Amino acid sequence: MTVYLPIAELSVNILIILGMGAAVGFLSGMFGVGGGFLITPLLIFYNIPPVVAVATGANQVVASSISGAITHFRRGTIDIKLGTVLLCGGLVGATLGVWLFSMLRRIGQLDLVISLLYVVLLGSVGGLMLWESIGAMRKAAKNQPTQLRRPGQHNWIHGLPLKMRFKKSKIYLSVIPVATLGFCIGILTSVMGVGGGFIMVPAMIYLLRIPTSVVVGTSLFQIVFVSAYTVIVQASTNYTVDIVLAFVLMIAGVIGAQYGVRVGQRLRGEQLRALLALLVLAVGIRLSIELIIPPKDIYSVVSGGFGF
Amino acid sequence: MRALGRLVLFAVALMVAGPAAAQSLEREVGDFTEKLEIGISTDEISITSDFRGADLTIFGAIDGFDANLLAQGKYNIIVVLEGPKDHATVRRKERVFGIWVNTQSMTFELVPEAYSLSTTRDIETIAPPRDIANMGIGVDHMRLVPLGFIGDGSSLGEFRNAFRRIREESGVYQRDPGGVQFISSSLFKASVRLPANVPNGVHVVRAYLFREGLFVAAKALPLRVVKTGLEQAITRAAHDQPVIYGLLAVALAVITGWGASLLFRKD
Repeated sequence: MTVYLPIAELSVNILIILGMGAAVGFLSGMFGVGGGFLITPLLIFYNIPPVVAVATGANQVVASSISGAITHFRRGTIDIKLGTVLLCGGLVGATLGVWLFSMLRRIGQLDLVISLLYVVLLGSVGGLMLWESIGAMRKAAKNQPTQLRRPGQHNWIHGLPLKMRFKKSKIYLSVIPVATLGFCIGILTSVMGVGGGFIMVPAMIYLLRIPTSVVVGTSLFQIVFVSAYTVIVQASTNYTVDIVLAFVLMIAGVIGAQYGVRVGQRLRGEQLRALLALLVLAVGIRLSIELIIPPKDIYSVVSGGFGF
Repeated sequence: MRALGRLVLFAVALMVAGPAAAQSLEREVGDFTEKLEIGISTDEISITSDFRGADLTIFGAIDGFDANLLAQGKYNIIVVLEGPKDHATVRRKERVFGIWVNTQSMTFELVPEAYSLSTTRDIETIAPPRDIANMGIGVDHMRLVPLGFIGDGSSLGEFRNAFRRIREESGVYQRDPGGVQFISSSLFKASVRLPANVPNGVHVVRAYLFREGLFVAAKALPLRVVKTGLEQAITRAAHDQPVIYGLLAVALAVITGWGASLLFRKD
């Protein structure tokens, strides 16, 4: 059963796309992640042009993050002021990211940069998570109390100027590192089609020392708006958002996520993190193999007058 | 007056057939009495959501033929289906610090996005290769003019070959010797397969008639390949109203995500 994707301009098997969406949705529900970092590489493995995969991935992120964001908003676990500062940085970053995206595409280096960014980010985040969760599992096996690194002392970040009081987070923090973090995530969203939660959450906890209770909600707040903005900008500058592909992915994704959440609740935290780390590493390794092994054909053809 | 009308008709055919064909026609015009007529099974191919390629049948007839020569199989026909033209960029990868990176590129000026060639027999046996080359018939003789600066041009051949090979492998460039068959003495039929990845736009069907290795007449007809229904609406919206299209995509995501959370709510 095939469906024609009007923007990607190719016919794909709808069952494979549905399966992909459901599997990623399941994993994102299980691990509490957006899933953009899985969906985009999977689409690329399935020969969807990377330009379309990235822009459409951002659209899928909106769908998978919105319900979480609404839940956190209802519970009051979003620091709107902090989120807005993050968002301002994010919007600037996303704008620059889309410009970078178009420029890289023009000079024929976009696919390479997307793969490289994925390999570096997935490799380092996956490696760190695996290391941390194995340590936690060892301690649990020895019946030692697991101790998450507690934000205690202030670091150099807290000495920066332009400080602002964030009441909900109960912190007094410079807007510079917050906006910078948002800016970097914004670039990642537009160039890689990810929400960036898997980087933003650790950065907020360990670097900015923001209380864990508001971190997830606030990062979802930023992710929803930045990825929505990215979709609109990608659609209007690169025309690469495939609404049919996005819709099929979303439907399967949100349903898969519901089942993922239930399974996730039965697993222990460190086991869950180790599994996610392995998954992240596997995707990273798969992408790096593609970069290293000699390609089937060293030549490629694209329509349109680009060139160096 | 009729002669004039025919001349005009010829001129139109020449313009469509391209400059290369025009040159060889000038020589021979007037020497032949044969005329070529063609028709296609449809002048519009619609790409729907379940599009998996389509078959196109081109019918044709030779008028004013020499019955003797026809009986001896001295008439040959070449049918070309040429897609819309666009620039095409060929890139070459090289290993840089252990990873494969696009390092060189070349852009060819206005090449057809699709090209299929059907003939009554092997093209080499229809006419002298030089004539075929001059007329620009066939993938091997397609004009591939590089745009911009290409250095000393030493890699031009490699890039041209790579371009032809990749387009043939992807199925948008194809050839079918024997794809044109005579169904009665002077009536012929050509079947052309349009692949699933056929580009949208106006394609041109061209038929060339050869007699004993000499080019006699040509005829061209347009074929539109269009996305229809929802596909067309989506493509048009994405390009004409990109901001609204983007907003719609976001709205769809919001509704889907929110809807699912309402639907699966436990409380």
